[in-house]
Amino acid sequence: MTSFAGWQMPLRYGSETAEHLAVRRAAGLFDLSHMGEIAVTGPGAGAALDYALTGQPSAVPPGRARYMMICAEDGGVLDDLVVYRQGEQEFLVIANASNTATVVGALADRAAGYDAAVVDATQDYALIAVQGPAAAGILAPLVKLDPAGPEFTELGAMKYYAGAFGTVAGREAWIARTGYTGEDGFEVYCRPQDAEHVWTALTAEGSGAGLVPAGLAARDTLRLEAGMPLYGNELGPDVTPFEAGLGRVVKFDKPGEFVGREALAARASAGPSRHLAGLTIGSRRIARHGYPVLADGQACGTVTSGAPSPTLGVPIAMAYLDRPAASLAGAVLTVGIRGEAVPAHLTDLPFYSRRR
Amino acid sequence: MSVPAELHYTPEHEWVSVEGTSASIGITDYAAQQLGDVVFVSLPTVGATVTAGEPCGEVESVKSVSDLYSPVDGEVIEVNAELEDDPSLVNAEPYTAGWMFRVRVAQDGNGDAALPTDLLSAAEYEELTKSAG
Repeated sequence: MTSFAGWQMPLRYGSETAEHLAVRRAAGLFDLSHMGEIAVTGPGAGAALDYALTGQPSAVPPGRARYMMICAEDGGVLDDLVVYRQGEQEFLVIANASNTATVVGALADRAAGYDAAVVDATQDYALIAVQGPAAAGILAPLVKLDPAGPEFTELGAMKYYAGAFGTVAGREAWIARTGYTGEDGFEVYCRPQDAEHVWTALTAEGSGAGLVPAGLAARDTLRLEAGMPLYGNELGPDVTPFEAGLGRVVKFDKPGEFVGREALAARASAGPSRHLAGLTIGSRRIARHGYPVLADGQACGTVTSGAPSPTLGVPIAMAYLDRPAASLAGAVLTVGIRGEAVPAHLTDLPFYSRRR
Repeated sequence: MSVPAELHYTPEHEWVSVEGTSASIGITDYAAQQLGDVVFVSLPTVGATVTAGEPCGEVESVKSVSDLYSPVDGEVIEVNAELEDDPSLVNAEPYTAGWMFRVRVAQDGNGDAALPTDLLSAAEYEELTKSAG
């Protein structure tokens, strides 16, 4: 167990490497109840979110989800978010635990001129994720989708980045095909008092399919292999989405103003100030957050995340470089790992993509 | 969690097994569980002199890097080369196949190994891990 943003979190249940591989090969069960759930509702909810976020929630059809960011006026990232449109006037915004209060505050401020309510609903939800190629098969027998909701009744027909109301093991839930592992998988948002029942039912259903409980440590190595940024590592108030290679989340063509537009437009035309790159490490040592990256012995960047990659069998890292990776062709790259210059190699992100 | 009765321990979670004047050293089951999967072990070189309480290597897990402290004074006479290829032995068998290095320690007046007096017994070490939660 570990303390994280005021929550007691399972770092690992057994071996984090075994948990990681189970998610790649079968399925893992995650307790992610620390994530922030923020309900934004009302006739003006879509317009308020269009103004508050980089994306265009008003253009997302009900039953679908989008990855978005909330930026400060200067374009710096306040958080990265998943936004579910649960109905015409109902949105559920998922924030990182450590940023939930910031995001609630910013959304409330930014929604002030709109006919919309912003409510921190974090304590109303437990979040249980089933991730991995076996996830749909494990979840499907336990799920009944709300007949008034989507046009499909089979869970398997749900698209990636979609969601629907229904029940899991008889308990009401919002069931979404989203995740943070680079695998197919689902996230179940249920009432906290139903979480143990849902967890137990999923554990029983998945026992024959290789489902194992998985902790935060495996979640971190899974998202890193999938090239997904982590707030506090690749994202923060000192970078815009463009540094992280995620400029596509900024919808300049949406109607109306949005917070950060001017700064983000300037950054889009000037180009990013730093460049997120993938590295493989030529050693068993891990290139960790904050370690320097050198090109021909000269500092050229800093590692943002590093871990052993159970899938690739070598340590991997993401780093911010002060120049585009293409301009480093031919340079000898190293990472300074506690005084030792360890060889590193540039590689395209993500490190891992699932077969579809 | 296992704490073999016949070994000596340190508050830094190393164990010491003494045979004659040769002391074998590793990290405890408790330490291995706290660290999580060990991915790299940096050991002192054979012939090096180590000092009790001083760092002489590193144990790297998925989530962290920790210094490895020598529990005794002496000269390193052997290291566990198997850990280079399979550092997970530290998690799987911390007291046997996961041993780390061996030190020749000085003799006391009776010809026994002269060990630091502040090493912990199994019972004392177990108490320490309990109070650490």
